[in-house]
Amino acid sequence: MSGSLGAFQDAFVAALTGAPDSAAGEVAALVAQPGFAVYRNTLAKGCVDALRANFTAVERLVGEEWFATAATLYAREVPPRSGPLLEYGEDFPAFLQGFEPARELTYLSGVAQLDRLWLEVFSAVEQPVLALAALATKTPEQIARKTLVPRAALRWRWFAELPVYSIWSCTREGREVPATLVWQGEGALLSRNAGRIGWQPLERAGCAFLDDCAAGRSLEQASELALAVQPELDFNDLLGRLLSAGAFAALVPTTPST
Amino acid sequence: MQLLGAGLGLKPEHYTDAGACVADGLWFEVHPENYMVGGGPRLDWLEAVGARHPLSLHGVSLSLAADCAPDEMHLQRLKALAELVRPALISEHLAWSSWRGNYHPDLLPFPRTTAALRRIAANIERTQEVLGQRIAIENPSHYLRLEQHEWDEIDFLAELSQRTGCGLLLDVNNVQVSAHNLGFDAAAYLRRFPATPILEIHLAGHSQDDASSLLIDSHDAPVSAAVWALYRHLIERIGPRPTLIERDDKLPAFETLLAERTRAQQLLDEVRAWQ
Repeated sequence: MSGSLGAFQDAFVAALTGAPDSAAGEVAALVAQPGFAVYRNTLAKGCVDALRANFTAVERLVGEEWFATAATLYAREVPPRSGPLLEYGEDFPAFLQGFEPARELTYLSGVAQLDRLWLEVFSAVEQPVLALAALATKTPEQIARKTLVPRAALRWRWFAELPVYSIWSCTREGREVPATLVWQGEGALLSRNAGRIGWQPLERAGCAFLDDCAAGRSLEQASELALAVQPELDFNDLLGRLLSAGAFAALVPTTPST
Repeated sequence: MQLLGAGLGLKPEHYTDAGACVADGLWFEVHPENYMVGGGPRLDWLEAVGARHPLSLHGVSLSLAADCAPDEMHLQRLKALAELVRPALISEHLAWSSWRGNYHPDLLPFPRTTAALRRIAANIERTQEVLGQRIAIENPSHYLRLEQHEWDEIDFLAELSQRTGCGLLLDVNNVQVSAHNLGFDAAAYLRRFPATPILEIHLAGHSQDDASSLLIDSHDAPVSAAVWALYRHLIERIGPRPTLIERDDKLPAFETLLAERTRAQQLLDEVRAWQ
């Protein structure tokens, strides 16, 4: 055990993250000093603060104390993988899904997913927005056979059973979740345009349409599939909303395999 | 290059104030980890502040004292950020935090052995090679007595500088905290610290641990009177060096931090005037 730097680091991490009496050898003597708790506390605080910063709507919904308890348990199970803590918490929504005290907060995992999507939109690579003018120069037939490529700073998600978008957006905007909330499925669209991050509701067909665009399907195929999901869909209205949200980076030839 | 006087840690809450602020010698420091993103508002803000003021990248997770090579992906991301913002200084800590694929967000201690010295020197060399730039290594705060040290901290840092050409970042608050916690004389430590390799000085506030007699390097309070006195003696001995006021928690208004920064700048100006 004694000797190598690596062995020291193995033992130190085990003592830091494991059971209090698990330390062996030279590290056992360190654990006995009051200073060891400083490292334990700093470590736990670092993880909890990072999750707090990354899941703001979740924290607002459950309160500081509840959040800290959940975050501490999560950090023990899933420590950060790397220094950029903006990326920490990838599995936190899934953790909340299985977290017993959150059992009745059925929407919480979905809210965490939207917090996470917000971060992805916030930190995505910069890309130009497909201008409406680029579409105007082409015939409808030409456009129908091409694929709309969603921008890197665009995220969407459909929640089949719960009004997750309403709960998340009210919380994020500091508004009360209305008592009249209808408990049914909702979708969300998050986008970044000129440095500003915006969100709006998106119907099931809209989410399906963007899934198909991302999969490389042609506009024709994607719109047909969207209409199959939701026959009453006003497709032109959907496309208009997506274009004004700056949803697409480019219109490219459809790859034959799709 | 613009002469670096006293600088401030840059916090998102202060982006607008920082960008608009005008003061001789003012510069800003950030943790590069917070800006390792593909794009978006964070990078835009940093570039905007960087267009007006010199920047310093002060890393916390390169884990140079881990018994393994620095993470190549992390180095590449650091390099990409450095190429974007062209920092006047890049620094890291004499500590470890990433180990076996997990990141432990703290600056962890290790026994200063000759084997550790060789490993850390190689890690610093690799970092400087990738960045194409000299980096500065900071003395961390200490909370534990390690019996296995073969090297004194100052000798260890001086030897790293000798071997790799790296500079040193002398954190006066860390010296004060460590001196209290480990029972040595902070003033004597600072008198013995080699002057030439010091590229940067850090000043910060600390707090008293609730559960013990330890001081904690909490960066949540103004710089203490004792640290100001140590700093004054230090720069009277070694001459003016780029000096940073660090504040990470219980963040006050920008003007309050700027006032602390002005105090450091005045001390630097006084020392410069004597020379």
